[in-house]
Amino acid sequence: MINVVFFAALREQLDCDSLTLESHELSTVADIIKQLSARSEQWQQTLNNASLLSAVNHDMVDKSHPVKAGDEVAFFPPVTGG
Amino acid sequence: MLTTQEQLKYSRQIMMKKIGESGQLALRNAKVLILGVGGLGNPASLYLAAAGVGTLYIADGDTIEPSNLPRQILFSENNVEENKAECAAEKLSEQYPDTIIEAIDDMLDEELCDYYLPMVDVVLDCSDNIQTRYMINQACIQHKTPLIVGAATGFDGQQLTIDPRDEHSACYQCLFPASEKAPANNCQTIGIIGPILAMIAGMQALQTIKLLTNNKVQVNQLNMLDGLSNQWQQFSMKKQANCPVCGSR
Repeated sequence: MINVVFFAALREQLDCDSLTLESHELSTVADIIKQLSARSEQWQQTLNNASLLSAVNHDMVDKSHPVKAGDEVAFFPPVTGG
Repeated sequence: MLTTQEQLKYSRQIMMKKIGESGQLALRNAKVLILGVGGLGNPASLYLAAAGVGTLYIADGDTIEPSNLPRQILFSENNVEENKAECAAEKLSEQYPDTIIEAIDDMLDEELCDYYLPMVDVVLDCSDNIQTRYMINQACIQHKTPLIVGAATGFDGQQLTIDPRDEHSACYQCLFPASEKAPANNCQTIGIIGPILAMIAGMQALQTIKLLTNNKVQVNQLNMLDGLSNQWQQFSMKKQANCPVCGSR
């Protein structure tokens, strides 16, 4: 299983803090985005934002980064207010 | 040397081995630029002046609005429509007369950065939009000036320290590559609750004090606060070799 967590505004946009995915057929962060985007138009729009950031096991990575069972994959947006 | 009065006033800081009298002297001799005197810049400037930082340059071109008051704690109803930097400078100067406070009643642009950055030891990015964040990041990389970034919206905050004097330090653009679809999320669109700003500004002030007193600061680390679950998360990042801002230096 892969644990997927969402932070900041993504939580409200997706109405979801975290979820788990079966790891087979998921080899990269991009695969996770693709699978979750199929849930609804809201998920598709939110996760395909060009500024979306991703991390695997607390290391910032790009979307081509590999994932495996047991990983924690985090998604969050830049926060810019102040 | 510190005066007897200063030794007494700052005794709780001086007694800390990681600060000591030399650290307090370093704070007194330091010059710090705070870009943006809104929700983050208010508490950050208070903590730095209170800690004994010798000179604060505070820059903001905005005027105070009623909707600022629940979180911009230096300001009161009587200050509405005044310039934020000038109002904050007046109040900070009254409360902390040992600190020289210079107000810059304009948002910094590249020209102002070229003037001020060579004079300062560190910059705090307390701005409220990503275009300004990219601009000050680029200026700090160019002038090799450390940059302490803070940001907050809703119940969430992020903090990042950039030290261009360290060749391995990633910059703001390494973390958030500029895109045509830059996020429009800010306090006006998502909302904000004051204590989140205080926590992020407190982290910025702490990083600033550590840097000025020659203590280790954590670069290449995005600190993210989730105020709803009371959790801090740390994410490690790397300098991007192809970063258009810092990659070739």
